[in-house]
Amino acid sequence: MTRLNAPFGTRINQDNTLRFTFEGRTFEGFEGDTIASALAANNQWMLSRSFKYHRPRGVMSMAGAEANTLVQVAGEPNVPADLTPLKDGMVITAQNVNGNLARDRDAIMDKFGRFMPVGFYYRTFMGPTKSAWLKIWEPLIRKKAGLGIIDTATPRQHFDQQTLHCDIAVIGGGPAGIIAAVEAARSGADVVLIDDQPELGGSLSYAPQTDVDHQALGDMAQNEAGLRILTSTICNGLFEDNWLSLIQGHQLIRARAAQVILATGSIEQPAVFRGNDLPGILLGSAAQRLMHHYGVRPGGKAVVLAANPQGYSVAHDLVAAGVDVVAIADPRKDGHGVPPTGVPILQGMIQEAGGCAHISKVKIRDEWITCDLLVVSVGQTPAWQLPCQAGASLGYDEASHQFSINLKNPTIHLAGSVAGHIGHETVCASAGAAACHATGAEPEELPADPERASANYHQPLIPHPKGRDFVDFDEDLQIKDLLNAVKEGYRELELVKRFSTVGMGPSQGRHSALATARIVAGATDRTVAQIGVTTARPPTGPETLGVLAGHEHVNERRSALHQQHVALGAEMKPVGPWWRPYLYGTGDRTSLIHDEVAAVRENVGILDVSTLGKLEVRGPDAGAFLDRIYTMAHGNQPVGRVRYCLMLSEMAAILDDGVAYRLAEDRFYVTATTGAVGRVYADMTFWNAQWQMDVDVVNITAAFCGFNITGPRARDVVSALSSDINFSADGFPYLHGREGNVGSIPVYAMRIGFTGELSFELHCPASQANALWDAVMAAGKDFGLRPYGLEASRILRLEKGHILIGQDTDALTSPDELGFGWAVSKKKPFFVGKRALEMRRRLGQKRTLVGLTFPADAADIPGESCLVLKNDIPVGHVTSVAYSPTTKQTVALAYVAADDSAPGSVASIRCRNGRVIDTPVTAHCFFDPDNERQGI
Amino acid sequence: MPLKLLKYGLARDYPVTGDIPATPDLRKSYDVVIIGGGGHGLACAFYLSKYHGITNVAILEKGYLAGGNTARNTTTIRSNYITPEGIAFYKEGVELYGEMSQELDFNVMFSQRGQLTLAHSETTMRSFHLRAEMGKHMGTRLEVVDQKQVQELCPHLNMDYGGALEILGGLWHEDGGTARHDAVAWGYAAQASRRGVEIHQRTEVESINVNGGRVQSVTTNRGEIACGQVMIACGGANYEVAMKAGVRLPIRCYPLQAMVTQPIKPWLHTLVSSVSLHTYLVQSSRGELVIGGGSDPYQSYSTRSTLDMKEHLAQGAVHMFPFLQNMRLLRQWAGTTDMTPDYSPIMGASPLDNLWLDCGWGTWGFKATPVAGKYMAQTIANGKVPDILRPFGMDRFTSFELLNEMGATAASH
Repeated sequence: MTRLNAPFGTRINQDNTLRFTFEGRTFEGFEGDTIASALAANNQWMLSRSFKYHRPRGVMSMAGAEANTLVQVAGEPNVPADLTPLKDGMVITAQNVNGNLARDRDAIMDKFGRFMPVGFYYRTFMGPTKSAWLKIWEPLIRKKAGLGIIDTATPRQHFDQQTLHCDIAVIGGGPAGIIAAVEAARSGADVVLIDDQPELGGSLSYAPQTDVDHQALGDMAQNEAGLRILTSTICNGLFEDNWLSLIQGHQLIRARAAQVILATGSIEQPAVFRGNDLPGILLGSAAQRLMHHYGVRPGGKAVVLAANPQGYSVAHDLVAAGVDVVAIADPRKDGHGVPPTGVPILQGMIQEAGGCAHISKVKIRDEWITCDLLVVSVGQTPAWQLPCQAGASLGYDEASHQFSINLKNPTIHLAGSVAGHIGHETVCASAGAAACHATGAEPEELPADPERASANYHQPLIPHPKGRDFVDFDEDLQIKDLLNAVKEGYRELELVKRFSTVGMGPSQGRHSALATARIVAGATDRTVAQIGVTTARPPTGPETLGVLAGHEHVNERRSALHQQHVALGAEMKPVGPWWRPYLYGTGDRTSLIHDEVAAVRENVGILDVSTLGKLEVRGPDAGAFLDRIYTMAHGNQPVGRVRYCLMLSEMAAILDDGVAYRLAEDRFYVTATTGAVGRVYADMTFWNAQWQMDVDVVNITAAFCGFNITGPRARDVVSALSSDINFSADGFPYLHGREGNVGSIPVYAMRIGFTGELSFELHCPASQANALWDAVMAAGKDFGLRPYGLEASRILRLEKGHILIGQDTDALTSPDELGFGWAVSKKKPFFVGKRALEMRRRLGQKRTLVGLTFPADAADIPGESCLVLKNDIPVGHVTSVAYSPTTKQTVALAYVAADDSAPGSVASIRCRNGRVIDTPVTAHCFFDPDNERQGI
Repeated sequence: MPLKLLKYGLARDYPVTGDIPATPDLRKSYDVVIIGGGGHGLACAFYLSKYHGITNVAILEKGYLAGGNTARNTTTIRSNYITPEGIAFYKEGVELYGEMSQELDFNVMFSQRGQLTLAHSETTMRSFHLRAEMGKHMGTRLEVVDQKQVQELCPHLNMDYGGALEILGGLWHEDGGTARHDAVAWGYAAQASRRGVEIHQRTEVESINVNGGRVQSVTTNRGEIACGQVMIACGGANYEVAMKAGVRLPIRCYPLQAMVTQPIKPWLHTLVSSVSLHTYLVQSSRGELVIGGGSDPYQSYSTRSTLDMKEHLAQGAVHMFPFLQNMRLLRQWAGTTDMTPDYSPIMGASPLDNLWLDCGWGTWGFKATPVAGKYMAQTIANGKVPDILRPFGMDRFTSFELLNEMGATAASH
């Protein structure tokens, strides 16, 4: 089929032909076409089969709103054919067909419609047995469910994200949006104008008005310096504080605007009559879009249902495009417009449309008229989605039969037809007023809008005796379905929706909300305003998960020493977001790990602890603040000392532990566990927001690195460093901290440890971590200093019975259950969790963490998480298990009933293999219980 | 063609079943007043009317029937909890779902296709082992599965071998499933109202009038009603409604969001969730993918959804199934979850003699709809809390007999 000549076909380039296939047949289209326009130009109107009845469906709105136009493009399902630009070589198929589009075997469902009334699936598919749903019916229904087919082999594509800030965001690039944006920009504001179409102009780009220069309007916007214009960009969400989600192809733009002007226009509504879903029935705007944008003549012989002035404009357009308009049907008693020359006006409503896979006739005044195109123009609703997302309520103007939007947000303003303005002069004035509101200027009064009263036709919605008068095309719902839902007691609109599924399809009620509200209002004796619409939710238009997810990005953190570990042959493993050395070297992993343990116990080892959380707490109240946050006393902690920190929740459950090194009267360097530092920092700021103390907390985790040098020869290693710190036994006692330098590198040194051996921990700025590591490794060379990994560290700590927060504790563990009474100050008047801890103490302790040991040759050794039972009731579980190479036995920590926690008591544990073993409990320190090796 | 549909096909006029009667006028007094017309309140009314002969019951619903968390949840039904008390309770909940369609003569589409929770770390594997040991001890179908089994159960997963989010294994809960959430509420509503229970929609409780340690009456926007027994089951509004009776619940409210894609042909048969990604997916019988995650990180009563959460859930879903990048999102929504400190509900007695609580359902209320209804009805009918509910009493927060279910939710919160 040839295309219409200029001025039609503004979007297509007829010099560039694109070839594609649809349902196995090859077609040609032009650059600038959408899939649907190219197919329409080839007289292929049917695009899909409907969800439930498998009725033929095709283009209706050309605005990408309904399920009718969803097609499969290669492995991508549910592609809106009327929005998606055609590409050369596209392979397109129809969705939801059994067989092929033209001959869909499931079309028989249409014949059985009366057996499938609204909500029928709630009434049946329950027998013959209780499992029938899962075994028989659901598999059958799942076969029929859904539309397109996803290709699970689709490779990951590139998606991008960016952020944008502006004073004023104007959504909608029609006349109202252009004028509002230009006027706001002229007042000096930083304005962004956003439109989902490729060109500015809105409806003027396809529905020209004789007295408006569409081109000049667009030029005015383009020429306005300082006005940023984003076309082909849909605003899909208006979130709290004017946080906008804008989708531009494969890019998500998050925008923050101080003020928002919504000029989102209106949505043309279909008419409801029997057969209103046949391909070849187009909304007036759809016919105009096809002609003006794509140069497609929408039919040969047309009937126009014109119940408003726009319908007459469309009729004139059709004639200009060479369509034979055989009649105009106008259901209104008076106020008819001027028809094209020679076209008769038949006063009456379309009673029925007939045809097999395409419209072939319409019935008006009880007579059939032959045609291959029916263009429908009965009215519109304001595009309520974005205003309602922002909290607007909908009213209904009984005089003009349309929804009205009430939005009380001082930063969001409506302009144009979304605010109910129809006449061009009023539209422009409303845009100017919106710009004034957004820029703080005084707006002028709006002129009267004589065109408003006639723009919408209130169609009586009476069910056709034979049905097939569709209100919701996506969900195949007819007038009677909604009436029957109300009869069943689903009288509230949200219940009508949930029971009938009206508005739940891809169009999200764009074409059904108004008719639904009118039907439900009529059936329940309420006004349309009382019914309204269901909650508007983002996204406004379809958006892919890919564009929301952005580029493939997994949070990954590496210590500054990462390459050192790799060079030393470390096997790196993820621990939360961090990658940490698990062990060093290759070979038998168990013996490598045991060698690392032995190195620490017998000589000296080094562990990268850079992943530890690090916080700087500073200010006159720093000590008092930590007194409240942690259980031990920090206010009286002398400068230069390091103290253990234990953090409790308000339920006295252990949240975290670490150490606090007092650098100065008003400065602490505090560590937190790797996984919990975010939570600890958040809690500290949360509490201080309430306490208002003179203190400041900074999370400096990424800024510092640290490593722990541990083992009998640790002092030899640090003493060999070129440093101003006195590392001698007398000069640097246990739990002391020193600030100094190693060479020129500033360090914090602390005598703390997790392994039970003499340990020094050195922390320095991350930027100098490699130099410090090199210095320490060089100093340790003569003493056999050996790096060790995470697994050895876990064994070393378990041999000492040191707990790991999160592994040996759960969300309710109290300090007493661990025997940590020593870590809780008895003198402080307050710390978070103190009150709960005292209450829990009064109520008595139910479980206690104890040690367990198993000979190396034991037959059954419980795994971690195995249950500890008492009278066959779980009273605790095993939290940590490992073979201890130092003590040559398997050691474990477990919760047992508090009554059974004394050394020598017996715990019953069910192993993974199901066998229950009885094992004596011990104290939970398996090595050097008197801490002699630490040199305290 | 199922025979039950013949009556629709052969009747001249649509044969109306009449699931939900229109809201009647309020009477002066009721034996039982249930505040909150969601799944829990309706289930309780059903059990009261069918099994205890108590039919002089009014359900007061501020908005439309079951429009709160019953309408907004992501319909997961499971019993893979951590505490013995919790598992015993939720296990019976799952069993009651198995009989629900027949009990209500309303197809709630209980689809027990199993739930697979993924572990990306040793820490998670450890917690899965604990849940599996506890679940097996209590007689539920729950087991830890390895990488190979994960792939067999859900062949399209991105295993991310060697990556930071490598799937190390999973927790397979064969009892897990979904049901059509609205249908659960409507089925209970239909059966309860058929037995005389009155459902009052658009009826908001303005005050609860307490005297002598008892609720004497309830004042609504449609008038005052005297009441014998009162139950509060208001989801996100529980804290505020209980405060009207002077009862302060240990509850904080957080928004919980979810989203759904356009329908495609079914490809995902189990529920899949990832603890590390805070994301879970299930494909509904309509073919839509329902995607959910953890609660918002801050307290709020807002049910306006956020872009942050949408991006987060999309990232999680696309990481698990990279081919989902071309799936189109249909809708995103939010509800208000009433969270307790130990992630277990509050059921049973209140400080007032005749006020009963069915609160603190946070993000886990839907699965408990039948079992909570059954035992709350028993509680109200007998004036005594049955043993199975005793551990869930509000007094546990003063006796510190907490039921720690933190981490037992599908996505960790």
